[in-house]
Amino acid sequence: MLDDFFIRALIAGLGVAIVTGPLGCFTIWRRLSFFGDTLAHSALLGVTLALSFEMNISFAVFLISAVVAIFLINLQRVTNLPGDALLGLLAHSTLALGLVTISFLSFIRFDIMGLLFGDILSVNNLDILIIWLGGAIILITLKIIWKPLFASTVNYDLAQAEGMNPDRVNIIFTLLMAAIIAISIKMVGLLLITGMLIMPAAMARNLSDNPIMMVFIATVGGMLSVLLGLFASLEFNSPSGPSIIVAALSLFLLSLINLKRIKIKGKVV
Amino acid sequence: MNNVVAKLNNAGLQINNKWLVKGVSFEVKKGEIVTLIGPNGSGKSTTAKIALGIYKNAEGHVDKYTNKIGYVPQKISIDWTLPVRVVDFMNLTEKLKEKDLDDALNLTGVKNLKHRNIKSLSGGEFQRVLIARAIAKKPEFLVLDEPVQGVDFKGEIALYELIRLISENLKCGILLISHDLHVVMSATDYVVCLNGHICCSGTPKTVANNHNYKELFGDRASNTLSIYEHKHDHTHSADGTIKTKKI
Repeated sequence: MLDDFFIRALIAGLGVAIVTGPLGCFTIWRRLSFFGDTLAHSALLGVTLALSFEMNISFAVFLISAVVAIFLINLQRVTNLPGDALLGLLAHSTLALGLVTISFLSFIRFDIMGLLFGDILSVNNLDILIIWLGGAIILITLKIIWKPLFASTVNYDLAQAEGMNPDRVNIIFTLLMAAIIAISIKMVGLLLITGMLIMPAAMARNLSDNPIMMVFIATVGGMLSVLLGLFASLEFNSPSGPSIIVAALSLFLLSLINLKRIKIKGKVV
Repeated sequence: MNNVVAKLNNAGLQINNKWLVKGVSFEVKKGEIVTLIGPNGSGKSTTAKIALGIYKNAEGHVDKYTNKIGYVPQKISIDWTLPVRVVDFMNLTEKLKEKDLDDALNLTGVKNLKHRNIKSLSGGEFQRVLIARAIAKKPEFLVLDEPVQGVDFKGEIALYELIRLISENLKCGILLISHDLHVVMSATDYVVCLNGHICCSGTPKTVANNHNYKELFGDRASNTLSIYEHKHDHTHSADGTIKTKKI
């Protein structure tokens, strides 16, 4: 029989995968994987905020990630530094700030490994509610801004010229990134969230020739990774977050092999 | 009735205290083709983007009187790793009716590419798709920034003919940027000659006789008009309007 905590982990993980599928595609299309990393690093600062003021962790992480994201957008306007340098600057300074602050909170016993790599044991009913409710809000918002967001991803000038307001949807999308990190931090941990975003989407890119198809395959692939990863972690007693990512990696590798087969078939026929 | 679709009044743009273009005024009316000409770096594309409202920090007054806008940019940097087919690209900013989509692709001669991946198109093919996308939504204001670059010679003539037809049939206002002075002088209602500012403007005939224009483009450029004008005189000597002549 499956234990309750495992069922909860499955429900939570699948909820995360449904949201990371579409967002992960945009992360790849807009070349934002390092940006996702930066937001995830800043999540540590969010956690310390939550511990210090006894806030909900997801809420605090969202708050800090959103502030960092908006700060980054403004920083890009006022400096001539390249984007990746700014991202590195923010990623490491927020991580360092978070670690320094945690050291001051000696009165709290804190599982930092769980934070970095995720911990299925800690997923409770409230977390599930946050994931599914937050996930629904993220997906509905994404659906609403899909057209202008996709248009401005393909070409900023075209979208702006034809009245799609790319700057506004860019900010909304950035907030969605902050939100997905906030709701999934307990599942996969802050070091591996970007993996959950990128890897199913990367696999999907190998198998699709249009955007809708890529989103669909990425979502299914993400859910499959969660199922495989969680069952593997139960079977081999491995950490949940990394197991999910390893499963996603396996799917990605499979998608490469599959691609080759199709090519060979094409030659024979 | 107001026929104007876009109007620039003393518009300009400066970046890092340097004016890219300054003091530009003109208007585009329905059914009319306004062409921007000028040497490289004279601010043609910048002016077009100002007219489209792409720059938020542009100076002067820019008014657009329609939201139905089609745009063919000069340089388009699409991330070729995006999985986008021609049909997805056509629907980029507006969900088109299947028939409008097919018609537009037919007009630019690339219907057969409908389900191809954008990545696999040649430069000329993609240019045709760009034009098809801009006209498929039946815009009231169409901005074409060197729309036939990379298109083969035969296709070039056909596409310019198509642009003229569109302005007549859709009654849309067209802002065209072109290096092809033959085309400019033969198919245009109003010419704006730019060199960081408006150095002259008017009907093709007045511009060609302007000494600023001759200085900018050389005597050969004026000849392009006289060659054309010769043809034109034969076709339309009676009313003298430029719209109705054949290329």
